[in-house]
Amino acid sequence: MHLSRNSAILPYRKWWSNKMTELTKLTISEALKGLKNKEFSASELTSAYIKKMEDGRKYNAFVLETPEIALKQAKVADENYQNGTNRTLEGIPLGIKDLFCTKGIRSTACSHILENFVPQYESTVTQNLLNGGATFLGKLNMDEFAMGGSNETSAFGPVVNPWSKDEPLVAGGSSGGSAAAVAADMCAGATGTDTGGSIRQPAAFCGIVGIKPTYGRCSRYGIMAFASSLDQAGPMTKDVKDAALMLEVMAGYDKKDSTSANITVPSFQKVLGQDIKGLKIGIPVEYRPDGLNNEISNCWDKAAEMLTSRGAEVFPVHLPHTKYALPVYYIIAPAEASSNLARYDGVRFGLRENGEKLDDLYINTRTSGFGAEVKRRIMIGTYVLSAGYFDAYYVKAQKVRRLIKNDFDEAFKKCDLILAPTAPVSAFKIGDESMKENPINMYLNDVFTVSVNLAGLPALSLPIGLDSKGLPLGFQFIGKAFDEETIFKAAYALEQDVNFKRK
Amino acid sequence: MAVDNTTVKQVASLARLKVEDSKVESTKDEFNKILAWVEQLKEVNTDNIEPLVSVNETKLPLREDEVTDGHLKTEVLKNAPQQEFGYFAVPKVVE
Repeated sequence: MHLSRNSAILPYRKWWSNKMTELTKLTISEALKGLKNKEFSASELTSAYIKKMEDGRKYNAFVLETPEIALKQAKVADENYQNGTNRTLEGIPLGIKDLFCTKGIRSTACSHILENFVPQYESTVTQNLLNGGATFLGKLNMDEFAMGGSNETSAFGPVVNPWSKDEPLVAGGSSGGSAAAVAADMCAGATGTDTGGSIRQPAAFCGIVGIKPTYGRCSRYGIMAFASSLDQAGPMTKDVKDAALMLEVMAGYDKKDSTSANITVPSFQKVLGQDIKGLKIGIPVEYRPDGLNNEISNCWDKAAEMLTSRGAEVFPVHLPHTKYALPVYYIIAPAEASSNLARYDGVRFGLRENGEKLDDLYINTRTSGFGAEVKRRIMIGTYVLSAGYFDAYYVKAQKVRRLIKNDFDEAFKKCDLILAPTAPVSAFKIGDESMKENPINMYLNDVFTVSVNLAGLPALSLPIGLDSKGLPLGFQFIGKAFDEETIFKAAYALEQDVNFKRK
Repeated sequence: MAVDNTTVKQVASLARLKVEDSKVESTKDEFNKILAWVEQLKEVNTDNIEPLVSVNETKLPLREDEVTDGHLKTEVLKNAPQQEFGYFAVPKVVE
């Protein structure tokens, strides 16, 4: 009796389990189609992702799972589909980087100093996604306060790259949890933030798509500030179309952020599939130093050929101040960070370590609450802003920053887009000795990404191929300010030719 | 410009951080590595170049001077590590 009952259920279970896996493999645009056609419900889709999220805990991508909230939101989504009042991202399960304040949901920036912080308001970007009908599966791991390129500075420990084979590899950073979660189908898409490459580099390491939009495109309201003149939020997704779709919902003017741009957000999806014939694509000579990894070099050539065969004109351009971008960044970003992180003093929110006097309370709280890399950057920033060094370091860096921006302005007189590698290496192993030995070795990972932040430009990283270790290599299209459309157009075309096999 | 141990302690104190005595030397070394590396900016000629503070160089928007938000005492105090009588509480600062 018992046996026969089991054997009757087994095939159904297997069918159901397969169906769940299939659901999490869908891109956002595919899932939306299925939801609209009533092939499955938002609750089923969300349940499938919750299962996947639980099965994928070994990656350490989520630092907080909120399945009850997601299921509640999914129920609303199902009602909306029933009533025909479904919105742009209705019922799509997303993961949110833990740098975004989410109302009533713990938000930590993956720092000990905010381990119990529960925001009383919602960031504009996440509010826009909620207004668009998305459901939130939970909060994603990241480098502490987004300071790092390997997710190893997180108070919750490093994220494991789903592409790891014999030994655990980093997922990149700082948005490492976002990249790993999308790559391992633990969410349909994720939010990231990019101050010096924090969306693009982890996207490249995990073989997914990530775009840092133009500075001002997305509101920074409710995103814990790292370096305010560089920070930008953006989507991290399974493909280019999803990135276009998600960015349309995330972006837009917000009067709560005085640096947000009062410029209409165009339909990024509309340009997908458009001809790229005659598009002028620059290859920056300075991004190809003698020591550049051969595999990256070859992959670059391959991508350029694909674009050429679609009728694009590919030619060299110059960005002469490229080599100064990293030192400029590592003055400006810590300077802004030291100022932004002054608010964590143990008085109004976050951790408090008591002291006899008020000053002791500040010092004890901050010394115990911040991790080593964050303290390092606060101190560097404090030093370069201090009397006597301000002009020599900070003002000098701002002047060179203008020269870097001027380089791009000049290059964009000749070309519409720039194509360059996202990172000089593929994912490296967790706990890499040379990175630990000297912080500069870790900083060098940002060599191809930071200029874009300094110049405030949009850039999208797209997986192009695998290296000999079988790990993804990403390349970025850099565009003119507020011209994400041309980026999406070219990236979508190249994506068709590359036909990258996601994890 | 290399820093010494005294400067490290001074910077830490400005940043309201404490560097353990045993860590001062290694912090100084790390600091000097980073400073030596950023030193290469000196070779760039920046005469007559205006510093770029933010890429958003348009005029900051102004709005009417009116109350748009507020009366959120409960929410504001919600995350306070210590509160008394509806205020944030800190160790006594005035004798």
